[in-house]
Amino acid sequence: MVRNPVRTLFAALLATLLGAAPAFGADKVKIGFITTLSGPAGGIGKDMKQSVELAVEHLGGKMAGLPIEVIFGDDQRKPDVGVQLARQMIKRDKVDFVSGIIWSNIMLAVAPVVTGEGVIMVGTNAGPHQLAGEMCNKRFFTTSWQNDSTPEAMGKHLQDLGLNDVYLIAPNYAAGKDMLTGFKRYFKGRIAAEVYTKLGQQDYQAELSQLRAKNPKAVFVFLPGGMGIQFLKQYSQAGLRGQIPLYSVYTVDELSLPAVRHAALGQFETRYWSPDLDVPANKKFVSAYKKKYGTLPSFYGAQSYDGIMLINSAVVAVKGNLKDQKGMIAAMEKANYPSTRGKYSYNVNHFPIQNYYLLKAVTGPDGPAGIPVMQIQETVFKNHKDSYYKKCKMK
Amino acid sequence: MNATLVVEQVLNGLQFGVMLFLMAAGLTLVFGIMNLVNLAHGSMYMVGAYLAVAATQWTGSYIAGIALALLGTLAVGVITEVVALRSLYERDHLDQVLATFGLILIFNELIAIVWGRAALFSDIPQALSGHIELFTNLRYPVYRLAIIVVGLLVALLLWYVVSRTRLGMLIRAGASNRTMVSALGVNIRLLYTAVFGFGAALAGLAGLMAGPIYAVQPGMGELILIQVFVVIVIGGIGSIRGALAGAVIVGMVDTMGRAFLKPLLGVLISPTAAESAGPALASMLIYLLMAVVLALRPEGLFPARGH
Repeated sequence: MVRNPVRTLFAALLATLLGAAPAFGADKVKIGFITTLSGPAGGIGKDMKQSVELAVEHLGGKMAGLPIEVIFGDDQRKPDVGVQLARQMIKRDKVDFVSGIIWSNIMLAVAPVVTGEGVIMVGTNAGPHQLAGEMCNKRFFTTSWQNDSTPEAMGKHLQDLGLNDVYLIAPNYAAGKDMLTGFKRYFKGRIAAEVYTKLGQQDYQAELSQLRAKNPKAVFVFLPGGMGIQFLKQYSQAGLRGQIPLYSVYTVDELSLPAVRHAALGQFETRYWSPDLDVPANKKFVSAYKKKYGTLPSFYGAQSYDGIMLINSAVVAVKGNLKDQKGMIAAMEKANYPSTRGKYSYNVNHFPIQNYYLLKAVTGPDGPAGIPVMQIQETVFKNHKDSYYKKCKMK
Repeated sequence: MNATLVVEQVLNGLQFGVMLFLMAAGLTLVFGIMNLVNLAHGSMYMVGAYLAVAATQWTGSYIAGIALALLGTLAVGVITEVVALRSLYERDHLDQVLATFGLILIFNELIAIVWGRAALFSDIPQALSGHIELFTNLRYPVYRLAIIVVGLLVALLLWYVVSRTRLGMLIRAGASNRTMVSALGVNIRLLYTAVFGFGAALAGLAGLMAGPIYAVQPGMGELILIQVFVVIVIGGIGSIRGALAGAVIVGMVDTMGRAFLKPLLGVLISPTAAESAGPALASMLIYLLMAVVLALRPEGLFPARGH
């Protein structure tokens, strides 16, 4: 591109003049977005980053006339790195919002730092119960869910089916136990066994042999990431698919489906969102994402897209006056933006009150050998509130 | 707990053990002969899995996948040895750990650049899918049986090469006294490169067999590597016999622990205590075993002679 030197000079002059006059107010909306971009979980971070970039593109790169600048940070899945990034974004880059975060342990470390510095935090995945309860904060919002709500929905669904002898499997760490606790909060039937496996376990053959010997009526698992891919393949290879129905949370999604394919067919999950959710904002998001990146977005992406849209609604409400934090918080509490999940509202703890659906992995457009897609079967919870908001004393 | 279930779990343990053996064989040779701590051994496993998946996709033939994965990891192993590891033999173990850890990062990122960070799809070949009825009430996946058979064949082949051939004699001599072997006019450099490449190909074999049952993704090698180190410590560093024994022991102990420890503890102590202690103890079991072996026989169960 050939630049016109006169125009460049003029622009530089103008920039200097503007820079010298901060009294005009903020010249940009700066958002620090922290996620995991390296390591095995880097795929999740990539999906979130792409969705954020798509949201900025859909906003025309501006919020209330101010240009948007998103600074991405890779937390390497480490809480200390996450905190460092947040501090750096606030002190050095002077961001107006911090957003993102996949993991609950990182969120628990970062959120108090951000809100303590007087900056608004918009979580777009992790929803640890502490932040929904006693650690709730007026500057903290999330566009995702409280961790327990999704397994609660699955517990409710299996309870509604009147099932007994359900076999539970989860990794032996905090979130694994929370998921099963959430499930049992709504499922009151008989539990055949509760099995905790090693975190990051590769081979489930021993567990599957035990499972077959117990002959349960249904299996409920929480095995995120690579663990889920391994478990589903082995479940199908053990000939259990089609014999014992398999229900799960956070185990099958648009990121793992391309790797699991036919071994996931017939899988049930509960979720607050699905690519086939019939909402105009969702259709726009999903089709644009598919066109731009060639794959379907996952719920991680949808939440991150929503995060940027939520921030936009706040900036627009205060007409770009980023100093008016009170006004922005009040605007965000209204959740007045076209969310990919459809209309929802915020509870007193700034966690969404929203629907949860039962999803099933069905044959996709490329046939049985291709990548399956998630399809909504029914609504399990309507306007579900999380189980911790009563502990929240918002100050 | 019935007999069929026990037999099935024994097969599971054996299959896991065999997988560990393929990894451990290469690692223990490299460690024993070249005195090199190679953390990047798991990367060869990952490279094997990726090459097999990629070649199967390109050509549509599983056999081509196997061939490319084996030759590819052999080549990658040789190149790695010549380019990066040669200069490390005389350095102390800490330098080697640092350098090979760096290699892990390089391999993981290279794989992520070429194939992306998301897990790849890989499926069991048609001929090996399905189940076989071993006896009444025991149907076992054909693919898992195939892994056991391949693993045991490789063990047999390795035993033959190491104890019956000239190359094996040099390998054993190298493990006992490197300086003497080289003083006797053997090109020790070439031997090292060959052993390293061969070890890498074995890891590649484990990787290509692991692909259809595990998640093929960057960093998959590190998940299995720690257990492999446990195997060679238990078996005795530098000894193929030790690697086989250690692998089968670790495979069995781990599998049996996961399957039967909780019900067993439930009988001994209260069921509620077993509920929380069982899974925790089961995942520690192989490390406890390693600690016991280290305390009683620091050289391992079947140490290579001459150390």
